[in-house]
Amino acid sequence: MMPPPVPPSAPANPASFTVIGMLWRWLLGFTFVARVRGLAMGTVSWGRALVTAVPFLWLILFFGLPFLVVLKISFSQAVIAQPPYTPLLTWAEDGIMVLRINFQNYLLLVQDSLYWMAYLNSVRIAAIATVACLLLGYPMAYAISKAKAELRVPLLMLIILPFWTSFLIRVYAWIGILKTNGLLNNVLIWLGLIDQPLPLLHTEFSVLVGIVYSYLPFMVLPLYATLSRMDESLLEAAADLGCRPGKAFLTITLPLSMPGVIAGSMLVFIPAVGEFVIPDLLGGPNTLMIGKVLWTEFFSNKDWPVASAVAVATLLLLVVPIVRFQKAQEESNKKAEELAR
Amino acid sequence: MRRWRSFSLFSVLAFGYAFLYVPILSLIVYSFNESRLVTVWAGFSTKWYGELLQNDQILSAAWLSLKIAVLNASGSVVLGSLAGLVLARFGRFRGRTAFTTLITAPLVMPEVIIGLSLLLMFVTLQNFIGWPGERGMTTITIAHLTFSTAYVTVVIQSRLSQMDVSIEEAALDLGAKPAKVFFVITVPVIAPALVAGWLLAFTLSLDDLVIASFVSGPGASTLPMVVYSSVRLGVSPQINALATIIVCIVTVAILIAGFIMHRQEKQRRNA
Amino acid sequence: MPVAQGVRASQSLEAWQDPKARPIVQIENVTKAFGPHYAVDDVSLEVFQGEFFSLLGASGCGKTTLLRMLAGLETPDSGRIVIDGVDMTHVPPYRRPVNMMFQSYALFPHMTVEQNIAFGLRQEGATKPQIRERVAEMLRLVRLEPYAKRRPHQLSGGQRQRVALARSLAKHPRLLLLDEPLGALDKKLREHTQFELVNIQEQLGTTFIMVTHDQEEAMTMSTRIAVMDEGRILQIGSPSTIYEYPATRYVADFIGSVNLFDGRVTGEADGVLVIHCDEVGATMAIAHGEPLPAGAPVSVALRPEKMTVTDVKPESEFNVLRGVVSEIAYLGDVSIYHVALPNKTLVRVQLTNLARHTSSPLTWEQEVWLTWEPENGVVLQS
Repeated sequence: MMPPPVPPSAPANPASFTVIGMLWRWLLGFTFVARVRGLAMGTVSWGRALVTAVPFLWLILFFGLPFLVVLKISFSQAVIAQPPYTPLLTWAEDGIMVLRINFQNYLLLVQDSLYWMAYLNSVRIAAIATVACLLLGYPMAYAISKAKAELRVPLLMLIILPFWTSFLIRVYAWIGILKTNGLLNNVLIWLGLIDQPLPLLHTEFSVLVGIVYSYLPFMVLPLYATLSRMDESLLEAAADLGCRPGKAFLTITLPLSMPGVIAGSMLVFIPAVGEFVIPDLLGGPNTLMIGKVLWTEFFSNKDWPVASAVAVATLLLLVVPIVRFQKAQEESNKKAEELAR
Repeated sequence: MRRWRSFSLFSVLAFGYAFLYVPILSLIVYSFNESRLVTVWAGFSTKWYGELLQNDQILSAAWLSLKIAVLNASGSVVLGSLAGLVLARFGRFRGRTAFTTLITAPLVMPEVIIGLSLLLMFVTLQNFIGWPGERGMTTITIAHLTFSTAYVTVVIQSRLSQMDVSIEEAALDLGAKPAKVFFVITVPVIAPALVAGWLLAFTLSLDDLVIASFVSGPGASTLPMVVYSSVRLGVSPQINALATIIVCIVTVAILIAGFIMHRQEKQRRNA
Repeated sequence: MPVAQGVRASQSLEAWQDPKARPIVQIENVTKAFGPHYAVDDVSLEVFQGEFFSLLGASGCGKTTLLRMLAGLETPDSGRIVIDGVDMTHVPPYRRPVNMMFQSYALFPHMTVEQNIAFGLRQEGATKPQIRERVAEMLRLVRLEPYAKRRPHQLSGGQRQRVALARSLAKHPRLLLLDEPLGALDKKLREHTQFELVNIQEQLGTTFIMVTHDQEEAMTMSTRIAVMDEGRILQIGSPSTIYEYPATRYVADFIGSVNLFDGRVTGEADGVLVIHCDEVGATMAIAHGEPLPAGAPVSVALRPEKMTVTDVKPESEFNVLRGVVSEIAYLGDVSIYHVALPNKTLVRVQLTNLARHTSSPLTWEQEVWLTWEPENGVVLQS
């Protein structure tokens, strides 16, 4: 069953034209109209309008619009065809337009435990990995900020350097290390700590190691930024007022580095939630994460509508709340920055 | 007390750097292994490098990836400069919130969603207007441009807002038109950010597996896609050899950059 | 330049002149180097109970390093620091009976005014009622009661300065160290705060040691001043001693303005040295406590306000300089004249404007003579 070919200018489909027009205006937030009016009246300069319009239009076309397409397809049905989904709008034989909205895909997400388990699992694994990153990254950032001035830049470079090599290959390296007869098991057996190789690969542990390893630089860098910007005289003042170094760390350094802690945690948590490569290469059948579910739905099951529904749900359930939280954090960070000044 | 403190800080750093570098070092070491079994050492050999250099699939994928990366890096520096300029200089205008959201959203969006949505749009567009006829280098480049522009914008915007605006105002005062001011004054001042943004976009593009997998078509495989399909089948010494080559290139590039920066620093101090 | 006369009443009891008084701070041969550079070079110093002692010098003279060593934030390479009879050289800052007011104030940005002031008390384990009472007392002292719940960023510069002062005084320190306490304030507020600080110090009787680069501030507030340069102390004395009897060219030049003339001793009578200055071709008679051998190289320091200007040639053969008026600056209360000597040396002279509206007796390019009494000059040994 092939979809009817619809040329763009065909008057046969006026409804979809107005729908797109409405969505277009909604996307632009009426700003485009206002700009054009401003240009006509000479209140907005053409140069500025052009500078704004080029990236704006690019992002609307290739970032905003695609989401509307995803939204649309998430309401259609999978069929074996090219493309493999049914159109929402069809023409019945007597010239009446039919809009078929299909909620089946979203119902599936709720009913099938696979999907919401994958959501919960993604959040849980990303959260544990974020805490682990923090536990390793905070002392590292602290140590770098306390290192001799001429050592700090090389130490930071060494943190960033792995980022410039291929991400995929760095994840791949852990396969060789964590395999049953891999490097880590061999070392542990050689040390006499274990007799039998441990099953390390294809477990949640290996996924966590992979995430911590890949995202550690994103934790260390913002933490270093806040720690190195901190006024050394605050710690001197605390010592002068009778505060021992350990306590000064807890009462002064730690609270003042919270903006860095939150920024770093966000930089690790957000991409980790949607991660595909790490759970795919290092995880096993029990480490379901939502990115991998979407991938499988799309590439293996060829079910584009369900994959779209998973994407929409992920967007609404994960990305939007995270962004909201981050916005709120940024506001309070700004306040904290003012405080620190 | 103080000695204990510096000892514990030192051990944390030692552990952290070991964690970061042991995997990379193990890749390099086993790339010289005679045996196909990556974990069993069977003597020194460079045969995997020979095989890698005869692997046409990997070589053509690498060539495609490099072309896309260069196109993407250059394009996203242009788009990112425009967007950075809008955010850093144009102040409040109607639609600024929408603009900011669109610019920063790719930073928090899972790759699978970006990839899926772009592919679905390309398919829809093809149905409507017959473009893009074939998915491959063009679609991958467009997809990469879309998400790397966000990163480049952040880099350029932060440099622009740190920059002293009064030098731009001085140029305007001396009679230069805004566009001229941008190319003659602003661009040279933010040049380091432009270079950093270019390199960042280049790496992001070279590194991307997920989005490229969605938007590419049959016959157009980037390097990460080839590596991924090979890695899925298990460890392969050829990938180790490839990793070693990449690490070498990156290290050399960073050493050169470090050397140049060191020399400039010296010149500045002597001046 | 008018020199502030000092806000403190002349004290009858001057501890540093009493041989029985025991110093509260003894700094003995303290040296501290950063790499090859000696920040503090073999400094010895005693400060007594109740003093307001100033360390004065240009930036980089080592005064802040010395203060930080008293606080325990730096450790001396050699020498001893004794506070209240106890050797404190290697005691960490959190165990010293000393508090410091930082130049940047170093207020904890995430704590309220109240919490900042209470911080030190909480470290020594004071009870809650004790803390509350002491904090209220300190807020009253610095007149910040309405601001107790504010955060540092919600305060003006002057208010922050007072929080820093209250915080450092809350623990009843035996010794308060102040690092450029007025450096971040604007001129008007600074003058007002000078008085306030001195009042608080006299009220509490706490010993203050202040670091400053501002000579006027040091003169106004201190009981004694130590002038430092390149890690060494050049002179210690009361403000008037340092001004009237500077020990070196550096001190004379650093405090107030001064005209300096190089010359050689040619004779001596009744405690007055006769000095010939080849450079300006004049012979000067200057009172000096100790005799110096003929031919000894010396400098003569003359303050601008200690000379008189006449348009008639004086008859004396000593202490006369002939020159031409090259610049006149009218400052209201006084006028400053720059007089060019025949060898082009410029001499700065200050005259008080006593009568109103009288057309200035002197004008540009006029030939004038400068004279002074032997007691008005100071002989400095090179």
